[in-house]
Amino acid sequence: MVLVPQSQIGGLQPQVDRDKDEPAKILDVYPTDRVKYGAKVYASEGCIVCHSQQVRDVQNGEDQPRGWGERRTVARDYIYDQFAFLGSSRLGPDLANVGSKTWRNEPEGDRRSPAKRDAAWHYLHLYKPTAIITESNMPPYPYLFEKRKIGGQRSANALPEDQVKVEDGFEIVPKIEAQELVAYLMSLDRSHPLKEVKSEAPTPAAVPAAK
Amino acid sequence: MTAVAENPTQTSAPSDAPIGSATGTRVSGAQLAIERARIDKSTSTPVLWFFATAITWLFGATVFGLIAALKQYFPSFLSACPLTTYGRIVPAYNLAFTYGWCSLAGMGVGIWLMARLCKVPIKAPGLLIFGAIVWNVGLTIGIWQILLGQSTGVEGLEMPHGARWIMFAGFLFIGLWGAALFRARKEGMAFISVWYLLGAFFWFPWVFAIANALTSLSEVRGVMPVVIASWFSQSLNIWWFTALGLAAAYYLIPKVVNRPIHSYNLASIGFWSLAFLGGLTGMLRLSGGPVPAWLVTLSIAANIMMIVPIATVTANLALTMKGSTQMVYQSPTIRFTFFGVIMFAIGGVLSIISSLRSFDKWLHFTPWLDGQQFLLQYGFFSMVIFGAIYYITPRLVGCEWLSSTLIKFHFWGAAYGGTMVIIMLLFTGISMGGRMADPESLFSQVIGSSLEYLAGRIIATFLMTLGHAIFACHFLLMLLRIGQPGGNATVFETHDEH
Repeated sequence: MVLVPQSQIGGLQPQVDRDKDEPAKILDVYPTDRVKYGAKVYASEGCIVCHSQQVRDVQNGEDQPRGWGERRTVARDYIYDQFAFLGSSRLGPDLANVGSKTWRNEPEGDRRSPAKRDAAWHYLHLYKPTAIITESNMPPYPYLFEKRKIGGQRSANALPEDQVKVEDGFEIVPKIEAQELVAYLMSLDRSHPLKEVKSEAPTPAAVPAAK
Repeated sequence: MTAVAENPTQTSAPSDAPIGSATGTRVSGAQLAIERARIDKSTSTPVLWFFATAITWLFGATVFGLIAALKQYFPSFLSACPLTTYGRIVPAYNLAFTYGWCSLAGMGVGIWLMARLCKVPIKAPGLLIFGAIVWNVGLTIGIWQILLGQSTGVEGLEMPHGARWIMFAGFLFIGLWGAALFRARKEGMAFISVWYLLGAFFWFPWVFAIANALTSLSEVRGVMPVVIASWFSQSLNIWWFTALGLAAAYYLIPKVVNRPIHSYNLASIGFWSLAFLGGLTGMLRLSGGPVPAWLVTLSIAANIMMIVPIATVTANLALTMKGSTQMVYQSPTIRFTFFGVIMFAIGGVLSIISSLRSFDKWLHFTPWLDGQQFLLQYGFFSMVIFGAIYYITPRLVGCEWLSSTLIKFHFWGAAYGGTMVIIMLLFTGISMGGRMADPESLFSQVIGSSLEYLAGRIIATFLMTLGHAIFACHFLLMLLRIGQPGGNATVFETHDEH
């Protein structure tokens, strides 16, 4: 019977901390419905098993020099998420800022850098990662796409013919899940300045706007 | 306090000394034998039911694990089907292994030990079986939901709430029995194993219910569910698996080597420090993450203090074994259990070292973490539980294990295969972490640096699968009462040291 209060010490720990998560004034990044559904797809496919979404301080790791973010992430960055997909494993790159323009997973100026990571890039990468990064260890997600007969014009988001082989008169298009997932990925941007983090990159103009 | 054990070579004929306490009323050997037989008979059906379902889950988990290991090396293997995508197979594997194999087998051993040590027969075994069925149903639903894409996306709490509450209801039927047996115990002084068991049967519903209730509140959002899940997973490791595993080890080692526990004071220190520190180490997984820094710092400090329970428990069990180390070559139970205790010590020390920030900063986010988890759940816990199953089952079915060769093969598969998986995961972690620390390296180089370890892991997983298959067949034979006649335990031949 003495054990119960003992275990309470541990049990209270997270509860106390909960109060720290009050909403705060941050840049308006409230997610749209499509992005929220995309987060569900992210959870359902288990992306978290290989991808984290947290950038550590420079003294704690090489996340920032790698190009995954320009400042560390803090609890406040996740207040609009039902569940923050912090992740504890990186068999793939960190995705905390994958939607930001400056995110990169190659050394700066590397020839492998894509021109831009837009929706088309993400679709092809999801459908067949090795089409973009030959040695990628990411599994392909063909079941998030469907083959469709071209009626009239090719769909705007159909996968490029030269990369993905398909019989004549057909095209591969993303299903709604893939569209939501990509919308979610492209919304991931935690690069705006926050008052509790000193940002490495000087952004004096943006700071007053945030407050 | 003495823990006098029966003759190790005569497992079916209990001796006249009560284990665990010298204060109990001495009764004649014949009476005790009758009482033990009565208790064993009452636990027989439920405990065998626990073991059988646990071993089925072990097999399922091993297959999931094999698929996951293959997919790490061949990413496009089985990727056309959403059910077998890597992100769903891995949580399914973890759940099947944690709640299917480890928890069910641990509860079976726990209930048997509790009845044996408190000297109370189980009056309504049907309720226990019912609890186990409900638990299994909840777990099956949960794993299917994850395979069908309904995971919550919180590591450690992937299962949707409904399934988790079903499992919790099942546990209540089981856990209450643990408490009831303790209440009805015949002796005032409880043996050290009973402390651990009682702790485990209280702590598990506590952490499980808190984690479930908090994460189903809609106000708990953002990083909070992750904090809870992290605390939950770590508490489960220490307060549930470590406690159950140590309860079994503290019973089996003195019993089979026929010596009392070396020091009861050490045992007491080990227990209370574990009880106190268990829940405090929970935030290690968040090191460097977007949570208040004191959470992680507190956990690191508590984790360093874990050296106290680890050192005292290991020293105590090793000193109990002192002078009887040849038993490792004879008794299957001791071979598995002592292997587990050694792994417990190694795992504990590695956990302390790697939690220090200077190491954690490059081991974090690598498979090192999986290696540690596997070291605890398999290297330590499962090995001790294998030992316990080898000890307990003959007493429940009335015949001895058919073949010591099969047990030996199982040990080889489990010990070599398991150790190799652990080493491969830890090495993958070191090599990936080292590469990751160089910001100029390509991410594919980070992964590429670990490919040979991933391949090694596949081979090791095959070995383990083989060992588990042999174990499962052997257990099935026991269920069918095909074995050597009761009376003499199946032991390894002494000249045949491997």
